[in-house]
Amino acid sequence: MNLDLNEEQALIRATAREFAAAELEPVAAALDRGEQQELFLENLKKLAELGFMGLNVKVEYGGSEAGVIAFSVALTEIARACSSTAVTVSVNNMVCEVIQAVGSEQQRRSYIPRICCGEYLAGAFALTETGAGSDPAALTTVAVKDADDWILNGSKIFITSAPYAGVFVVWAVTDRSAPKGKGISCFLVEAGTPGCIVGRAEEKLGQHASATNEVLFQDCRVPGSALMGRLNDGFRVAVGELAGGRIGIGSLGLGIGLAAIEAAGRYSLERKQFGRSISDFQAIQWKIADAATELEAARLLLMNAAFRKEQGRSFAKEASMAKLFATEAANRACYEAMQIFGGYGYTTDFPAERYSRDVRLTTLYEGTSEIQRLIIAREVLRSYV
Amino acid sequence: MYFQLTEEQKLIRETVRSFAEKEVAPSAAERDENECFDRELMFDKVAELGLAGIVFPEEYGGAGADYISYAIAVEELSRVCASTGVTLSAHLSLGANPVWLFGTEEQKLLFLKPLAEGSKLGAFALTETGAGSDAGGTKTYAVREGDEWVVTGSKIFTTNGGDAETYIVFARTDKNAQKHHGISAFIIDKDTPGFTFGKKEKKMGIRSSPTRELVFENCRIPADRLLGKAGEGFKIAMKTLDGGRIGIAAQALGIAQGAYEAALNYARERKQFEQPIAGFQAVQFLLADMALRIEASRLLVYQSAWRASAGLSYGKESAMAKLSASETAMWVTTKAVQVHGGYGYTRDFPVERMMRDAKITEIYEGTSEVQRLVIGTAITRG
Repeated sequence: MNLDLNEEQALIRATAREFAAAELEPVAAALDRGEQQELFLENLKKLAELGFMGLNVKVEYGGSEAGVIAFSVALTEIARACSSTAVTVSVNNMVCEVIQAVGSEQQRRSYIPRICCGEYLAGAFALTETGAGSDPAALTTVAVKDADDWILNGSKIFITSAPYAGVFVVWAVTDRSAPKGKGISCFLVEAGTPGCIVGRAEEKLGQHASATNEVLFQDCRVPGSALMGRLNDGFRVAVGELAGGRIGIGSLGLGIGLAAIEAAGRYSLERKQFGRSISDFQAIQWKIADAATELEAARLLLMNAAFRKEQGRSFAKEASMAKLFATEAANRACYEAMQIFGGYGYTTDFPAERYSRDVRLTTLYEGTSEIQRLIIAREVLRSYV
Repeated sequence: MYFQLTEEQKLIRETVRSFAEKEVAPSAAERDENECFDRELMFDKVAELGLAGIVFPEEYGGAGADYISYAIAVEELSRVCASTGVTLSAHLSLGANPVWLFGTEEQKLLFLKPLAEGSKLGAFALTETGAGSDAGGTKTYAVREGDEWVVTGSKIFTTNGGDAETYIVFARTDKNAQKHHGISAFIIDKDTPGFTFGKKEKKMGIRSSPTRELVFENCRIPADRLLGKAGEGFKIAMKTLDGGRIGIAAQALGIAQGAYEAALNYARERKQFEQPIAGFQAVQFLLADMALRIEASRLLVYQSAWRASAGLSYGKESAMAKLSASETAMWVTTKAVQVHGGYGYTRDFPVERMMRDAKITEIYEGTSEVQRLVIGTAITRG
């Protein structure tokens, strides 16, 4: 086993860290307050120019072809500074990868380079609906064939990046008579297509700079060429892609956890109570030790899942394990970090409260912790049959 | 042992719950969003129900009820709005109670009565930038000049600060004494010259409860505003906080109860995989653990309240109640968001606010670490 990053991966991590410290971290608190959104969008553009929007995408489509481990370490570094930026990067990569995996050559050439170079600030992954959360096969958005076109009707919720996405990957029912999950197809819908409407923005606990909107389809007509992958094969595609996304979200969670514990550790060295630095107290030391240990284990699980994906092996179980463990560990780390800050941690003068709000989403999106457990249990039990 | 509320305690629960649901709950989300302290709703109307001085004798403006009734009142308010709950807890336990415990007859009539009647709002100012868990680090000082004390320094994180009329303020009166010796407690009116307010904190939660900095610059107060004896301040603060923990424990309990009920209702309505998610063991077990931890915390809270009213020692018990209830509140609200899935992360459902509110209960009036210190010291002293 070699647990070192190779030169390219180390360089990507260093670049991400440098960019995050110089451009993302200084504006993260303002973005959280809902200010300076233009800087958020400018930074997405710069990240695209640095090659972060298609890390595991082939060079011929504008990607960096750096692999999944590089993707994971980059996401962690970005999330250490700004999780809203990180989730946008993660979803953009996922959208590029799904188009690369199942799109036609023409679809690949039309959309992937635009996301990778920043012409499209984002791509969106439109699967969730009000009645289809953990149970995505229950989705009810429909696409009906009309001559050569498809007409989409329905609504999607919780769509990351919707207001500035150039293209939406949309799942809709194309065969209503098929058993659940068997009659779903996947479409590429360009922003601005008549009938594709970005609806209300969610007010969220955290990750404020990243937009989360409803997206409505009202007699939205798209050409036959908008169908991506095989007809009625969309659900399998969605489930497969979410496994890759989980490496992204797990890596993002890890970044928030590391940022929180670093901030709290530095504070504990400076903060004096009872005549000494609170870092001298075992109660504080133990919190830091536990958080550092759990986050290190999370990192290794993420690296393992990323490695398996990169090698073309099965990785769904490993991605779920990594996401579950990393995001739960990151949540614990953030709350313990706030605890180390005491009353100051509850104020917006220190970043601990933002980390605590931001991190909470990581155990919810791209499969809740419960869904990860379901996947892990299913895979483990299957291996005993 | 007799595990049943009295008729009076039941009546208080019904009355406060009805008020909380009809009047407090509808504006909770909006007040949180706007960081708005609505005094008429959050204090004046609470006082009209007789809650502002519920545990004090009627001759001092109170209702003569016991601490369990008080805990129930804070719990029920916090079940719908933690900011309203802490307003009452900080007012009664921290603002009024030290006057009841340590005040002279004149001080009780002059200060406790209007607080207990609810014509004035109380606050407690101990914390400073360098004195958090370590109250012995207090730097604010008071110098005796003739018939007056002159107070100089500043306090942070004062709940009800700026809106309260009566403040219990801790200051050093003996510069030669070290650490927790030489600190005294004073009662200071809002409009005293030399007493001003600094920044209002922007907080993660309990956003409709104001938290301000207090600034004292040569603030002159009459000598009879000294509470207890000179040098007794640390003892007064610790005794007051023992009682305050019952209030915060009750607040945490109410937050947990509110989040649990929200999660339960949502789980019974939300359908995924063709059935209500309450039908899945993963969700059922979460709800079971929530109910269990809340019940255990409730018993600890009511036990410490009962001991306070029965005249028994309750420092260790109120620390246990606060530690258990606040960690339960954090856990339950976090899991309640989880039961709601993505919806729980939005402001369309109250669990998002409840989770932000719960966190402070592990921090103020003694962090969880300080509670463990209190409990650990009490049980190892032999």
